[in-house]
Amino acid sequence: MTDLTVSDLTVEAKHTVLVETANFSLKTGELVALLGPNGAGKTSLIRGALNLERPTSGTASLNGQPLATLSPSQRARKIAYLPQIRPLAWPNKVRDIVALGRFSHGAALGKLSATDDAAVARAISACDLTDLEHRAADTLSGGELARVHCARAFAAECPLLIADEPTAALDPRHQFRILDLIKTFVEKGGGALLVLHDVELAARYATRLIWMKDGKIVADGSVAETLTQQRLADVYGVRATIDGTRVLMDGAL
Amino acid sequence: MTDRLLIPLLALACVIAAFFACLLGSTPLPVERVIAAFMGGGDAADRLVVWAIRLPRALAAFLTGAMLGISGAALQGLLRNPLAEPGVLGVSASASLVATSAIFFGAVAVNPWFLPLAAIIGAVIATGLLALAAIRTQSVVTLILVGVGLSSFAGAMMSLMMNLAPNPFSLAEMINWMLGSVANRSFDEIGFVFPFMAAGVLILLVSRRGLSALTLGEEAASGLGLNLRRQRILTVLGAGLATGASVALAGAIGFVGIVAPHIIRPIVHHDPARSLIPSALLAGLILMVADIFVRIVPSQNELKLGVVAALIGAPAFVWIAMQRRSVHD
Repeated sequence: MTDLTVSDLTVEAKHTVLVETANFSLKTGELVALLGPNGAGKTSLIRGALNLERPTSGTASLNGQPLATLSPSQRARKIAYLPQIRPLAWPNKVRDIVALGRFSHGAALGKLSATDDAAVARAISACDLTDLEHRAADTLSGGELARVHCARAFAAECPLLIADEPTAALDPRHQFRILDLIKTFVEKGGGALLVLHDVELAARYATRLIWMKDGKIVADGSVAETLTQQRLADVYGVRATIDGTRVLMDGAL
Repeated sequence: MTDRLLIPLLALACVIAAFFACLLGSTPLPVERVIAAFMGGGDAADRLVVWAIRLPRALAAFLTGAMLGISGAALQGLLRNPLAEPGVLGVSASASLVATSAIFFGAVAVNPWFLPLAAIIGAVIATGLLALAAIRTQSVVTLILVGVGLSSFAGAMMSLMMNLAPNPFSLAEMINWMLGSVANRSFDEIGFVFPFMAAGVLILLVSRRGLSALTLGEEAASGLGLNLRRQRILTVLGAGLATGASVALAGAIGFVGIVAPHIIRPIVHHDPARSLIPSALLAGLILMVADIFVRIVPSQNELKLGVVAALIGAPAFVWIAMQRRSVHD
Protein backbone atom coordinates (compact mmCIF):
# COMPACT_ATOMS: atom_id res chain seq x y z
CA MET A 1 0.00 0.00 0.00
CA THR A 2 1.43 3.32 -1.09
CA ASP A 3 -0.24 6.64 -0.57
CA LEU A 4 0.53 10.16 -1.66
CA THR A 5 -0.98 12.74 0.65
CA VAL A 6 -1.06 16.41 -0.23
CA SER A 7 -1.90 18.80 2.60
CA ASP A 8 -2.64 22.50 2.39
CA LEU A 9 -0.57 22.81 -0.77
CA THR A 10 -0.23 26.32 -2.15
CA VAL A 11 1.70 26.99 -5.36
CA GLU A 12 2.46 30.50 -6.51
CA ALA A 13 4.32 31.86 -9.51
CA LYS A 14 5.20 35.54 -9.85
CA HIS A 15 2.78 36.46 -7.06
CA THR A 16 -0.13 34.72 -8.77
CA VAL A 17 -1.72 31.95 -6.76
CA LEU A 18 -1.97 28.90 -9.01
CA VAL A 19 -3.05 26.39 -6.38
CA GLU A 20 -4.59 27.42 -3.06
CA THR A 21 -4.47 25.18 0.04
CA ALA A 22 -5.24 21.99 -1.81
CA ASN A 23 -5.75 18.71 0.05
CA PHE A 24 -6.07 15.31 -1.56
CA SER A 25 -4.67 11.82 -1.44
CA LEU A 26 -3.92 9.08 -3.92
CA LYS A 27 -3.70 5.46 -2.85
CA THR A 28 -2.88 2.26 -4.66
CA GLY A 29 -6.04 0.63 -5.98
CA GLU A 30 -7.57 3.98 -6.94
CA LEU A 31 -8.03 5.55 -10.34
CA VAL A 32 -8.61 9.21 -9.67
CA ALA A 33 -9.56 11.69 -12.37
CA LEU A 34 -8.60 15.34 -11.87
CA LEU A 35 -11.14 17.53 -13.64
CA GLY A 36 -11.39 21.24 -14.22
CA PRO A 37 -11.39 23.88 -16.93
CA ASN A 38 -8.24 25.20 -18.59
CA GLY A 39 -6.24 27.31 -16.17
CA ALA A 40 -7.83 25.75 -13.09
CA GLY A 41 -4.39 24.80 -11.79
CA LYS A 42 -4.47 21.05 -12.47
CA THR A 43 -0.93 20.86 -13.87
CA SER A 44 0.40 23.14 -11.11
CA LEU A 45 -1.26 20.93 -8.50
CA ILE A 46 0.41 17.85 -9.98
CA ARG A 47 3.80 19.55 -10.24
CA GLY A 48 3.52 20.83 -6.68
CA ALA A 49 2.46 17.39 -5.45
CA LEU A 50 5.50 15.83 -7.17
CA ASN A 51 7.75 18.56 -5.78
CA LEU A 52 8.77 19.48 -9.34
CA GLU A 53 7.62 22.94 -8.43
CA ARG A 54 8.45 24.10 -4.94
CA PRO A 55 5.18 24.83 -3.14
CA THR A 56 4.85 28.16 -1.32
CA SER A 57 3.37 26.30 1.60
CA GLY A 58 1.96 22.92 2.42
CA THR A 59 3.47 19.50 1.96
CA ALA A 60 3.21 16.41 -0.15
CA SER A 61 4.22 13.17 1.49
CA LEU A 62 4.61 9.62 0.37
CA ASN A 63 3.68 7.05 3.03
CA GLY A 64 4.15 9.79 5.59
CA GLN A 65 7.57 10.90 4.38
CA PRO A 66 7.73 14.43 2.94
CA LEU A 67 8.51 14.27 -0.80
CA ALA A 68 10.89 17.21 -0.44
CA THR A 69 13.23 14.96 1.56
CA LEU A 70 13.41 12.37 -1.24
CA SER A 71 15.94 12.65 -4.04
CA PRO A 72 14.46 13.01 -7.54
CA SER A 73 15.27 9.41 -8.38
CA GLN A 74 13.88 8.07 -5.08
CA ARG A 75 10.65 9.90 -5.89
CA ALA A 76 10.68 8.66 -9.49
CA ARG A 77 10.92 5.05 -8.29
CA LYS A 78 7.63 5.54 -6.40
CA ILE A 79 5.63 7.80 -8.69
CA ALA A 80 5.78 7.62 -12.48
CA TYR A 81 4.90 10.93 -14.10
CA LEU A 82 3.59 11.40 -17.63
CA PRO A 83 3.49 15.09 -18.48
CA GLN A 84 1.51 16.33 -21.46
CA ILE A 85 3.10 14.74 -24.48
CA ARG A 86 5.69 16.88 -26.24
CA PRO A 87 7.57 16.06 -29.43
CA LEU A 88 10.69 14.00 -28.87
CA ALA A 89 14.01 15.67 -29.49
CA TRP A 90 15.42 12.80 -31.55
CA PRO A 91 13.90 9.92 -33.56
CA ASN A 92 14.77 7.27 -30.96
CA LYS A 93 13.76 3.64 -31.15
CA VAL A 94 10.55 2.71 -29.33
CA ARG A 95 12.39 0.26 -27.10
CA ASP A 96 14.90 2.94 -26.05
CA ILE A 97 12.13 5.35 -25.10
CA VAL A 98 10.44 2.69 -22.99
CA ALA A 99 13.82 1.91 -21.43
CA LEU A 100 14.10 5.54 -20.28
CA GLY A 101 11.36 4.60 -17.82
CA ARG A 102 14.11 2.71 -15.96
CA PHE A 103 16.21 5.87 -15.61
CA SER A 104 15.58 6.20 -11.87
CA HIS A 105 16.79 2.62 -11.43
CA GLY A 106 20.13 3.65 -12.90
CA ALA A 107 19.61 2.17 -16.36
CA ALA A 108 21.80 3.43 -19.20
CA LEU A 109 20.51 2.95 -22.74
CA GLY A 110 22.29 0.25 -24.71
CA LYS A 111 23.39 -1.71 -21.65
CA LEU A 112 20.33 -2.53 -19.56
CA SER A 113 20.63 -4.91 -16.62
CA ALA A 114 18.59 -8.11 -16.72
CA THR A 115 16.06 -6.60 -14.28
CA ASP A 116 15.68 -3.44 -16.35
CA ASP A 117 15.44 -5.43 -19.56
CA ALA A 118 12.69 -7.63 -18.12
CA ALA A 119 10.71 -4.60 -16.90
CA VAL A 120 11.00 -2.99 -20.34
CA ALA A 121 9.85 -6.20 -22.02
CA ARG A 122 6.82 -6.46 -19.69
CA ALA A 123 5.84 -2.83 -20.35
CA ILE A 124 6.21 -3.30 -24.11
CA SER A 125 3.99 -6.36 -24.17
CA ALA A 126 1.44 -4.81 -21.75
CA CYS A 127 1.05 -1.85 -24.10
CA ASP A 128 0.91 -4.04 -27.18
CA LEU A 129 4.04 -2.53 -28.71
CA THR A 130 5.90 -5.73 -29.59
CA ASP A 131 5.56 -5.12 -33.32
CA LEU A 132 6.73 -1.53 -33.01
CA GLU A 133 9.67 -2.19 -30.67
CA HIS A 134 12.35 -1.37 -33.24
CA ARG A 135 10.55 1.43 -35.04
CA ALA A 136 11.79 5.03 -34.83
CA ALA A 137 9.48 7.22 -32.77
CA ASP A 138 9.02 9.76 -35.56
CA THR A 139 7.32 7.14 -37.73
CA LEU A 140 4.56 6.46 -35.18
CA SER A 141 1.00 7.79 -35.15
CA GLY A 142 -0.23 9.89 -32.22
CA GLY A 143 -2.06 6.91 -30.73
CA GLU A 144 0.98 4.66 -30.99
CA LEU A 145 3.18 7.33 -29.42
CA ALA A 146 0.74 7.71 -26.51
CA ARG A 147 1.05 3.95 -25.91
CA VAL A 148 4.84 4.25 -26.01
CA HIS A 149 4.72 6.93 -23.30
CA CYS A 150 2.40 4.76 -21.22
CA ALA A 151 4.83 1.89 -21.61
CA ARG A 152 7.74 3.97 -20.41
CA ALA A 153 5.74 5.03 -17.35
CA PHE A 154 4.83 1.38 -16.66
CA ALA A 155 8.44 0.27 -17.19
CA ALA A 156 9.39 2.20 -14.05
CA GLU A 157 7.14 -0.27 -12.14
CA CYS A 158 6.15 2.39 -9.64
CA PRO A 159 3.19 1.89 -7.32
CA LEU A 160 1.72 5.24 -8.38
CA LEU A 161 1.20 6.94 -11.74
CA ILE A 162 0.34 10.57 -12.38
CA ALA A 163 -0.54 11.47 -15.96
CA ASP A 164 -1.37 14.89 -17.35
CA GLU A 165 -3.93 14.55 -20.13
CA PRO A 166 -2.79 11.10 -21.31
CA THR A 167 -5.65 10.99 -23.83
CA ALA A 168 -5.24 14.48 -25.30
CA ALA A 169 -5.49 14.62 -29.10
CA LEU A 170 -6.32 10.91 -29.43
CA ASP A 171 -9.22 9.42 -31.37
CA PRO A 172 -11.98 7.77 -29.29
CA ARG A 173 -10.65 4.24 -29.75
CA HIS A 174 -7.17 5.22 -28.61
CA GLN A 175 -8.59 7.12 -25.64
CA PHE A 176 -10.29 3.89 -24.56
CA ARG A 177 -7.13 1.87 -25.17
CA ILE A 178 -4.98 4.18 -23.04
CA LEU A 179 -7.52 4.24 -20.22
CA ASP A 180 -7.87 0.46 -20.43
CA LEU A 181 -4.09 0.15 -20.02
CA ILE A 182 -4.17 2.42 -16.98
CA LYS A 183 -7.21 0.59 -15.58
CA THR A 184 -5.31 -2.70 -15.86
CA PHE A 185 -2.35 -1.08 -14.09
CA VAL A 186 -4.68 -0.08 -11.22
CA GLU A 187 -6.31 -3.53 -11.08
CA LYS A 188 -2.86 -5.05 -10.71
CA GLY A 189 -2.31 -2.96 -7.59
CA GLY A 190 -1.23 0.45 -8.88
CA GLY A 191 -2.77 3.82 -8.17
CA ALA A 192 -3.32 6.48 -10.82
CA LEU A 193 -4.17 10.16 -10.92
CA LEU A 194 -5.16 11.36 -14.38
CA VAL A 195 -5.93 14.82 -15.64
CA LEU A 196 -8.79 14.35 -18.08
CA HIS A 197 -10.89 16.73 -20.10
CA ASP A 198 -13.57 14.26 -21.11
CA VAL A 199 -15.94 14.17 -18.15
CA GLU A 200 -17.84 11.19 -19.47
CA LEU A 201 -14.67 9.16 -19.97
CA ALA A 202 -13.56 10.17 -16.47
CA ALA A 203 -16.88 9.07 -15.00
CA ARG A 204 -16.64 5.74 -16.81
CA TYR A 205 -13.15 4.83 -15.60
CA ALA A 206 -12.46 6.71 -12.38
CA THR A 207 -13.12 5.43 -8.88
CA ARG A 208 -13.01 9.00 -7.63
CA LEU A 209 -13.22 12.48 -9.14
CA ILE A 210 -11.37 15.56 -7.96
CA TRP A 211 -12.82 18.81 -9.26
CA MET A 212 -10.75 21.96 -9.49
CA LYS A 213 -11.63 25.55 -10.25
CA ASP A 214 -9.59 28.75 -9.89
CA GLY A 215 -6.75 27.01 -8.09
CA LYS A 216 -8.98 25.34 -5.49
CA ILE A 217 -10.24 21.80 -5.13
CA VAL A 218 -14.00 22.27 -5.02
CA ALA A 219 -15.07 18.64 -4.73
CA ASP A 220 -13.49 15.25 -4.14
CA GLY A 221 -15.55 12.08 -4.11
CA SER A 222 -17.11 9.23 -6.01
CA VAL A 223 -18.76 9.73 -9.37
CA ALA A 224 -22.19 9.30 -7.85
CA GLU A 225 -21.50 11.93 -5.19
CA THR A 226 -19.78 14.60 -7.22
CA LEU A 227 -20.96 14.39 -10.82
CA THR A 228 -23.99 16.66 -10.86
CA GLN A 229 -25.59 19.11 -13.22
CA GLN A 230 -24.84 21.91 -10.78
CA ARG A 231 -21.16 20.87 -10.54
CA LEU A 232 -20.74 20.97 -14.32
CA ALA A 233 -22.35 24.38 -14.35
CA ASP A 234 -20.15 25.67 -11.50
CA VAL A 235 -16.84 24.18 -12.63
CA TYR A 236 -17.04 24.23 -16.42
CA GLY A 237 -19.80 26.75 -17.01
CA VAL A 238 -21.75 24.36 -19.24
CA ARG A 239 -25.36 23.25 -19.43
CA ALA A 240 -25.58 19.47 -19.16
CA THR A 241 -27.86 16.59 -18.44
CA ILE A 242 -26.59 13.57 -16.54
CA ASP A 243 -27.79 10.00 -16.66
CA GLY A 244 -25.63 7.70 -14.55
CA THR A 245 -22.16 8.03 -16.06
CA ARG A 246 -23.60 9.48 -19.28
CA VAL A 247 -23.08 13.19 -19.65
CA LEU A 248 -24.71 15.22 -22.36
CA MET A 249 -23.41 18.74 -22.64
CA ASP A 250 -25.45 21.01 -24.85
CA GLY A 251 -23.93 24.43 -24.53
CA ALA A 252 -22.06 27.08 -22.61
CA LEU A 253 -23.83 28.88 -19.81
CA MET B 1 28.30 -0.61 -39.00
CA THR B 2 27.04 -1.54 -35.55
CA ASP B 3 27.41 0.76 -32.58
CA ARG B 4 29.58 -1.81 -30.76
CA LEU B 5 32.33 -1.57 -33.36
CA LEU B 6 32.04 2.18 -33.69
CA ILE B 7 34.45 3.24 -30.93
CA PRO B 8 37.22 0.70 -31.75
CA LEU B 9 36.99 1.54 -35.46
CA LEU B 10 37.17 5.27 -34.87
CA ALA B 11 40.08 4.84 -32.45
CA LEU B 12 41.91 2.75 -35.05
CA ALA B 13 41.24 5.38 -37.72
CA CYS B 14 42.66 8.05 -35.38
CA VAL B 15 45.86 6.05 -34.86
CA ILE B 16 46.22 5.55 -38.61
CA ALA B 17 45.61 9.26 -39.24
CA ALA B 18 48.22 10.20 -36.64
CA PHE B 19 50.69 7.87 -38.38
CA PHE B 20 49.98 9.51 -41.74
CA ALA B 21 50.37 12.91 -40.13
CA CYS B 22 53.94 11.87 -39.30
CA LEU B 23 54.59 10.59 -42.85
CA LEU B 24 53.22 13.48 -44.83
CA GLY B 25 54.29 17.07 -44.90
CA SER B 26 56.45 19.54 -46.77
CA THR B 27 59.17 16.85 -46.79
CA PRO B 28 57.50 13.43 -46.83
CA LEU B 29 59.29 10.81 -44.76
CA PRO B 30 59.28 7.17 -45.88
CA VAL B 31 57.44 4.69 -43.64
CA GLU B 32 60.56 2.89 -42.40
CA ARG B 33 62.22 6.15 -41.30
CA VAL B 34 59.08 7.23 -39.38
CA ILE B 35 58.88 3.82 -37.67
CA ALA B 36 62.59 4.01 -36.84
CA ALA B 37 62.11 7.51 -35.39
CA PHE B 38 59.12 6.26 -33.34
CA MET B 39 61.29 3.53 -31.86
CA GLY B 40 63.89 6.13 -30.90
CA GLY B 41 66.25 5.11 -33.70
CA GLY B 42 66.85 6.58 -37.14
CA ASP B 43 68.73 9.82 -37.59
CA ALA B 44 68.37 12.78 -35.25
CA ALA B 45 66.68 15.04 -37.82
CA ASP B 46 63.97 12.44 -38.44
CA ARG B 47 63.40 12.06 -34.71
CA LEU B 48 63.10 15.81 -34.37
CA VAL B 49 60.58 16.06 -37.23
CA VAL B 50 58.46 13.19 -35.88
CA TRP B 51 58.64 13.79 -32.12
CA ALA B 52 58.95 17.56 -31.89
CA ILE B 53 56.94 18.73 -34.89
CA ARG B 54 54.56 16.30 -36.53
CA LEU B 55 53.37 14.14 -33.63
CA PRO B 56 52.58 17.00 -31.22
CA ARG B 57 50.84 18.82 -34.06
CA ALA B 58 48.71 15.75 -34.88
CA LEU B 59 47.94 15.27 -31.19
CA ALA B 60 46.98 18.94 -30.84
CA ALA B 61 44.64 18.65 -33.84
CA PHE B 62 43.12 15.47 -32.40
CA LEU B 63 42.62 16.91 -28.91
CA THR B 64 41.17 20.17 -30.23
CA GLY B 65 38.70 18.29 -32.40
CA ALA B 66 37.87 15.78 -29.68
CA MET B 67 37.07 18.53 -27.16
CA LEU B 68 34.85 20.36 -29.64
CA GLY B 69 33.16 17.11 -30.70
CA ILE B 70 32.35 15.95 -27.17
CA SER B 71 31.25 19.44 -26.12
CA GLY B 72 29.02 19.76 -29.19
CA ALA B 73 27.45 16.34 -28.62
CA ALA B 74 26.81 17.08 -24.94
CA LEU B 75 25.36 20.55 -25.56
CA GLN B 76 23.14 19.18 -28.32
CA GLY B 77 21.85 16.58 -25.88
CA LEU B 78 21.30 19.18 -23.17
CA LEU B 79 19.59 21.70 -25.43
CA ARG B 80 17.90 19.07 -27.62
CA ASN B 81 19.04 20.94 -30.67
CA PRO B 82 21.39 19.54 -33.33
CA LEU B 83 22.73 23.03 -34.02
CA ALA B 84 24.01 23.69 -30.49
CA GLU B 85 27.77 23.99 -30.29
CA PRO B 86 30.39 25.55 -28.00
CA GLY B 87 30.41 28.44 -30.47
CA VAL B 88 26.64 28.95 -30.17
CA LEU B 89 26.79 29.35 -26.40
CA GLY B 90 29.57 31.92 -26.71
CA VAL B 91 32.19 29.84 -24.92
CA SER B 92 34.68 29.83 -27.81
CA ALA B 93 34.15 33.53 -28.48
CA SER B 94 34.63 34.46 -24.83
CA ALA B 95 37.76 32.35 -24.62
CA SER B 96 39.12 34.04 -27.75
CA LEU B 97 38.17 37.45 -26.39
CA VAL B 98 40.15 37.09 -23.18
CA ALA B 99 43.07 35.59 -25.11
CA THR B 100 42.98 38.48 -27.58
CA SER B 101 42.91 40.96 -24.67
CA ALA B 102 46.02 39.31 -23.30
CA ILE B 103 47.72 39.97 -26.64
CA PHE B 104 46.33 43.50 -26.90
CA PHE B 105 47.44 44.59 -23.43
CA GLY B 106 50.87 43.08 -23.90
CA ALA B 107 50.55 40.33 -21.28
CA VAL B 108 51.58 37.74 -23.84
CA ALA B 109 54.74 39.70 -24.64
CA VAL B 110 55.67 39.45 -20.94
CA ASN B 111 55.10 35.72 -20.77
CA PRO B 112 53.78 33.54 -23.62
CA TRP B 113 52.03 31.26 -21.08
CA PHE B 114 49.53 34.03 -20.42
CA LEU B 115 47.91 33.27 -23.78
CA PRO B 116 46.57 29.76 -23.02
CA LEU B 117 45.85 30.82 -19.45
CA ALA B 118 43.74 33.73 -20.70
CA ALA B 119 41.73 31.48 -23.03
CA ILE B 120 40.90 29.11 -20.20
CA ILE B 121 39.94 32.01 -17.92
CA GLY B 122 37.65 33.36 -20.66
CA ALA B 123 35.95 30.00 -21.12
CA VAL B 124 35.51 29.52 -17.39
CA ILE B 125 33.98 33.02 -17.05
CA ALA B 126 31.58 32.32 -19.94
CA THR B 127 30.79 28.94 -18.43
CA GLY B 128 30.14 30.53 -15.05
CA LEU B 129 27.74 33.06 -16.58
CA LEU B 130 25.94 30.29 -18.44
CA ALA B 131 25.77 28.19 -15.27
CA LEU B 132 24.22 31.17 -13.46
CA ALA B 133 21.71 31.59 -16.27
CA ALA B 134 21.02 27.85 -16.12
CA ILE B 135 20.24 28.10 -12.40
CA ARG B 136 17.98 31.11 -12.81
CA THR B 137 15.98 30.06 -15.84
CA GLN B 138 13.93 26.99 -16.62
CA SER B 139 14.05 27.68 -20.32
CA VAL B 140 16.51 26.27 -22.82
CA VAL B 141 15.64 29.02 -25.27
CA THR B 142 16.73 31.62 -22.72
CA LEU B 143 19.98 29.76 -22.19
CA ILE B 144 20.68 29.72 -25.95
CA LEU B 145 19.85 33.42 -26.18
CA VAL B 146 22.22 34.21 -23.31
CA GLY B 147 24.88 32.31 -25.26
CA VAL B 148 24.13 34.18 -28.46
CA GLY B 149 24.35 37.48 -26.56
CA LEU B 150 27.63 36.44 -24.98
CA SER B 151 29.00 35.43 -28.36
CA SER B 152 27.97 38.69 -30.03
CA PHE B 153 29.42 40.76 -27.20
CA ALA B 154 32.73 38.90 -27.34
CA GLY B 155 32.78 39.35 -31.14
CA ALA B 156 32.14 43.09 -30.81
CA MET B 157 34.86 43.51 -28.19
CA MET B 158 37.25 41.58 -30.40
CA SER B 159 36.49 43.81 -33.39
CA LEU B 160 37.02 46.83 -31.14
CA MET B 161 40.46 45.61 -30.12
CA MET B 162 41.42 44.88 -33.71
CA ASN B 163 40.14 48.32 -34.62
CA LEU B 164 42.39 49.87 -31.96
CA ALA B 165 45.36 47.54 -32.48
CA PRO B 166 48.50 49.57 -31.72
CA ASN B 167 50.63 48.00 -34.46
CA PRO B 168 50.37 45.59 -37.38
CA PHE B 169 52.26 42.96 -35.39
CA SER B 170 49.64 42.62 -32.65
CA LEU B 171 46.86 42.82 -35.25
CA ALA B 172 48.44 39.92 -37.11
CA GLU B 173 48.74 37.94 -33.90
CA MET B 174 45.08 38.53 -33.01
CA ILE B 175 44.00 37.47 -36.48
CA ASN B 176 46.12 34.34 -36.23
CA TRP B 177 44.40 33.54 -32.96
CA MET B 178 40.95 34.04 -34.43
CA LEU B 179 41.65 31.92 -37.50
CA GLY B 180 42.66 28.89 -35.47
CA SER B 181 45.66 26.67 -36.08
CA VAL B 182 47.64 23.85 -34.51
CA ALA B 183 50.92 24.67 -36.28
CA ASN B 184 54.09 24.59 -34.12
CA ARG B 185 52.40 23.18 -31.01
CA SER B 186 54.68 21.40 -28.57
CA PHE B 187 54.06 18.65 -26.05
CA ASP B 188 54.62 21.31 -23.35
CA GLU B 189 51.72 23.39 -24.60
CA ILE B 190 49.55 20.28 -24.85
CA GLY B 191 50.54 19.29 -21.32
CA PHE B 192 49.46 22.67 -19.99
CA VAL B 193 45.89 22.42 -21.32
CA PHE B 194 45.50 18.67 -20.91
CA PRO B 195 44.35 18.70 -17.24
CA PHE B 196 41.52 21.08 -18.16
CA MET B 197 40.53 18.85 -21.07
CA ALA B 198 40.59 15.76 -18.87
CA ALA B 199 38.47 17.46 -16.20
CA GLY B 200 35.92 18.61 -18.78
CA VAL B 201 35.67 15.18 -20.40
CA LEU B 202 35.34 13.49 -17.01
CA ILE B 203 32.46 15.78 -15.99
CA LEU B 204 30.69 15.21 -19.31
CA LEU B 205 31.08 11.43 -19.15
CA VAL B 206 29.93 11.18 -15.53
CA SER B 207 26.78 13.19 -16.25
CA ARG B 208 26.00 11.79 -19.69
CA ARG B 209 23.12 9.49 -18.68
CA GLY B 210 20.91 12.49 -17.96
CA LEU B 211 21.23 13.54 -21.60
CA SER B 212 19.33 10.40 -22.63
CA ALA B 213 16.50 11.32 -20.26
CA LEU B 214 16.34 14.82 -21.75
CA THR B 215 15.28 13.27 -25.05
CA LEU B 216 11.75 13.26 -23.61
CA GLY B 217 11.89 16.98 -22.79
CA GLU B 218 12.74 18.68 -19.51
CA GLU B 219 9.42 18.10 -17.79
CA ALA B 220 9.37 14.38 -18.48
CA ALA B 221 13.07 14.10 -17.66
CA SER B 222 12.45 15.66 -14.24
CA GLY B 223 9.61 13.19 -13.83
CA LEU B 224 12.02 10.36 -14.59
CA GLY B 225 14.10 11.47 -11.63
CA LEU B 226 16.66 13.69 -13.34
CA ASN B 227 17.98 16.61 -11.31
CA LEU B 228 17.61 19.14 -14.09
CA ARG B 229 19.57 21.97 -12.50
CA ARG B 230 22.52 19.74 -11.66
CA GLN B 231 22.50 18.29 -15.18
CA ARG B 232 22.55 21.75 -16.77
CA ILE B 233 25.40 22.93 -14.57
CA LEU B 234 27.54 19.83 -15.11
CA THR B 235 27.08 19.77 -18.88
CA VAL B 236 27.75 23.48 -19.26
CA LEU B 237 30.78 23.29 -16.97
CA GLY B 238 32.23 20.20 -18.65
CA ALA B 239 31.73 21.64 -22.13
CA GLY B 240 33.17 24.97 -20.96
CA LEU B 241 36.36 23.43 -19.61
CA ALA B 242 36.88 21.23 -22.65
CA THR B 243 36.17 24.05 -25.10
CA GLY B 244 38.27 26.60 -23.23
CA ALA B 245 41.22 24.24 -23.22
CA SER B 246 40.79 23.59 -26.95
CA VAL B 247 40.68 27.33 -27.70
CA ALA B 248 43.80 27.75 -25.56
CA LEU B 249 45.55 25.17 -27.70
CA ALA B 250 44.36 26.08 -31.18
CA GLY B 251 42.30 29.26 -31.18
CA ALA B 252 38.69 29.31 -32.33
CA ILE B 253 37.82 26.46 -34.67
CA GLY B 254 34.17 26.27 -35.58
CA PHE B 255 31.58 23.79 -36.80
CA VAL B 256 33.43 20.54 -36.12
CA GLY B 257 31.32 20.32 -32.94
CA ILE B 258 28.19 20.28 -35.07
CA VAL B 259 29.30 18.06 -37.93
CA ALA B 260 30.77 15.13 -35.99
CA PRO B 261 27.79 14.51 -33.65
CA HIS B 262 25.45 14.82 -36.64
CA ILE B 263 27.21 11.93 -38.38
CA ILE B 264 27.44 9.84 -35.20
CA ARG B 265 23.86 10.27 -33.98
CA PRO B 266 22.06 7.80 -36.31
CA ILE B 267 24.70 5.13 -35.61
CA VAL B 268 24.11 5.30 -31.84
CA HIS B 269 20.31 5.24 -32.24
CA HIS B 270 20.04 8.98 -31.53
CA ASP B 271 21.03 8.53 -27.89
CA PRO B 272 22.96 11.65 -26.81
CA ALA B 273 24.74 9.78 -24.00
CA ARG B 274 26.14 7.18 -26.36
CA SER B 275 27.15 9.83 -28.91
CA LEU B 276 29.75 11.56 -26.69
CA ILE B 277 32.81 9.33 -27.10
CA PRO B 278 32.31 8.52 -30.81
CA SER B 279 31.68 12.23 -31.55
CA ALA B 280 34.92 13.14 -29.78
CA LEU B 281 36.88 10.54 -31.76
CA LEU B 282 35.32 11.49 -35.09
CA ALA B 283 35.83 15.23 -34.55
CA GLY B 284 39.45 14.54 -33.57
CA LEU B 285 39.87 12.44 -36.70
CA ILE B 286 38.31 15.15 -38.89
CA LEU B 287 40.67 17.82 -37.58
CA MET B 288 43.72 15.55 -37.90
CA VAL B 289 42.85 14.80 -41.53
CA ALA B 290 42.04 18.46 -42.21
CA ASP B 291 45.39 19.43 -40.71
CA ILE B 292 47.24 16.94 -42.92
CA PHE B 293 45.45 18.53 -45.89
CA VAL B 294 46.46 22.00 -44.66
CA ARG B 295 50.10 20.93 -44.51
CA ILE B 296 50.37 19.24 -47.88
CA VAL B 297 48.24 21.56 -50.00
CA PRO B 298 50.61 23.78 -51.99
CA SER B 299 49.89 27.39 -51.07
CA GLN B 300 51.96 30.49 -50.45
CA ASN B 301 50.80 31.09 -46.88
CA GLU B 302 49.94 27.95 -44.96
CA LEU B 303 46.16 27.60 -44.78
CA LYS B 304 44.79 27.95 -41.26
CA LEU B 305 43.03 24.88 -39.87
CA GLY B 306 40.14 27.01 -38.59
CA VAL B 307 39.57 28.44 -42.05
CA VAL B 308 39.46 25.02 -43.68
CA ALA B 309 37.18 23.69 -40.92
CA ALA B 310 34.78 26.59 -41.46
CA LEU B 311 34.85 26.20 -45.26
CA ILE B 312 33.67 22.60 -44.88
CA GLY B 313 31.65 23.10 -41.71
CA ALA B 314 29.57 26.16 -42.51
CA PRO B 315 27.81 24.64 -45.57
CA ALA B 316 27.27 21.46 -43.52
CA PHE B 317 25.71 23.62 -40.79
CA VAL B 318 23.27 25.14 -43.27
CA TRP B 319 22.46 21.71 -44.68
CA ILE B 320 21.74 20.29 -41.21
CA ALA B 321 19.62 23.33 -40.36
CA MET B 322 17.58 22.93 -43.57
CA GLN B 323 16.91 19.28 -42.76
CA ARG B 324 15.34 20.01 -39.39
CA ARG B 325 11.64 19.44 -39.27
CA SER B 326 9.58 22.33 -38.04
CA VAL B 327 7.77 20.19 -35.42
CA HIS B 328 10.93 20.03 -33.35
CA ASP B 329 10.56 23.73 -32.55
